[in-house]
Amino acid sequence: MIEFSNYDILRNLLFATQWTILLSLAAFIGGTTVALTLTAMRLTRNPVMQRIVKIYVELFQGTPLLMQMFLCFFGLSMLGYEISAWGAAILSLTFFTSAFLVEIWRGCIDTLPKGQWEASRCLGLSFLQTLRFIILPQAIRVATAPTVGFSVQVIKGTALASVIGFVELTKVGTMLNNATFEPFKIFTLVALIYFMLCYPLSLYSKHLEKKFNVSR
Amino acid sequence: MSLVNLHQVHKYYGDHHVLKGIDLDIKAGEVVSIIGKSGSGKSTLLRCINGLEQYQEGGITVDGKEVTTEDIQVRRLALSVGMIFQNFNLFPHMTVGENVMLAPTIVLKKSKAEAEATARAMLEKVGLAEKFDSFPEKLSGGQQQRVAIARALAMSPKVLLCDEITSALDPELVGEVLKVLEQLAKEGITLVLVTHEMNFARDVGSRVVFMHQGKVWEQGDPKTILSNPQTDELKQFMGAVL
Repeated sequence: MIEFSNYDILRNLLFATQWTILLSLAAFIGGTTVALTLTAMRLTRNPVMQRIVKIYVELFQGTPLLMQMFLCFFGLSMLGYEISAWGAAILSLTFFTSAFLVEIWRGCIDTLPKGQWEASRCLGLSFLQTLRFIILPQAIRVATAPTVGFSVQVIKGTALASVIGFVELTKVGTMLNNATFEPFKIFTLVALIYFMLCYPLSLYSKHLEKKFNVSR
Repeated sequence: MSLVNLHQVHKYYGDHHVLKGIDLDIKAGEVVSIIGKSGSGKSTLLRCINGLEQYQEGGITVDGKEVTTEDIQVRRLALSVGMIFQNFNLFPHMTVGENVMLAPTIVLKKSKAEAEATARAMLEKVGLAEKFDSFPEKLSGGQQQRVAIARALAMSPKVLLCDEITSALDPELVGEVLKVLEQLAKEGITLVLVTHEMNFARDVGSRVVFMHQGKVWEQGDPKTILSNPQTDELKQFMGAVL
């Protein structure tokens, strides 16, 4: 049996952290992109579009992320699409992230008074012009804090990718534990690293919230 | 020639019959005050004229063109109809100047310099030239409403619709807004206002329209109609507001 020094453990964990960060970033970027598209679909007054978004949100918010990951990974391979653990993790985390972001952003847009839409309409602005010049600038101010806050959930969500065999922080932690039988030390370290990733984001989110709540 | 014409307009909210066959003809240069109890349909009527609300029967034309709630129609309509709201509805993330310049720049495609010149002139007109770079929330309610008027005027509308524009203001701020309206009336702009300001209706208005239960109940010259109401409903209403 190979001996692992504390240095070895930490080095391996930190190396794996890179993959956790990368997966979080990919999921967040993917999620934001999809959520933007869904938000645009929701804002058109087309009932079919709105229905599609509603079903999407209910589907991915109403099922466990782990099941979505299993379905993406095992399900797609059974259907004949070869997909890597990395691909399946990004795909399912994108679904998960976008389904929540769409709802968060919806709340932000809905807090803007209806009069903003009406005034724009009465001034002759088109739907897209209203969105671009009136609604989005205001909604973004409101949405930034909860969006950054939600990114913490995405980072923690990436831990599930270890179950389908993607080698990130949690997976390496499990592997090290199997080799060293020192679960307390190893999982404390793993948890600490997650905390160090998430805590600054939480602080930043709180800071943004304060900044935007003080009116201008 | 009539600028705004309503012919037998009916409007329903579900089963609720809000407007029951409105006939109204407004000529250019008129100042028409619409009065009546809350729920009598006056705001709805105003919102039908600029396409914010859909009506189910009858017809509305502004400047000879039919009004619908189709996006494209409403946008064309916005070129001839300006609207001022009870709650101002200024854009809070833009300065006063940007509020006034926005629509002329992106809807009328005016150059920035040209739009700014118009904006400054309109703000001057409402007495707020020095607030060009302020944000709306730094202004009093009365000032915000005057900015809203300047914003509407910057599109050089043929008719200005005012929906209870002094109702959300503290009493001491009502005067400054009415003064601006009076000035506009003198300049000959067509005004249609839903209002509770009877003195304004009497002194500045060219016609008063009394609405009751979704109908035009009585209308005519302000001085005559307000001092000598013909119907019991208007008598009762006058008794309640005076």
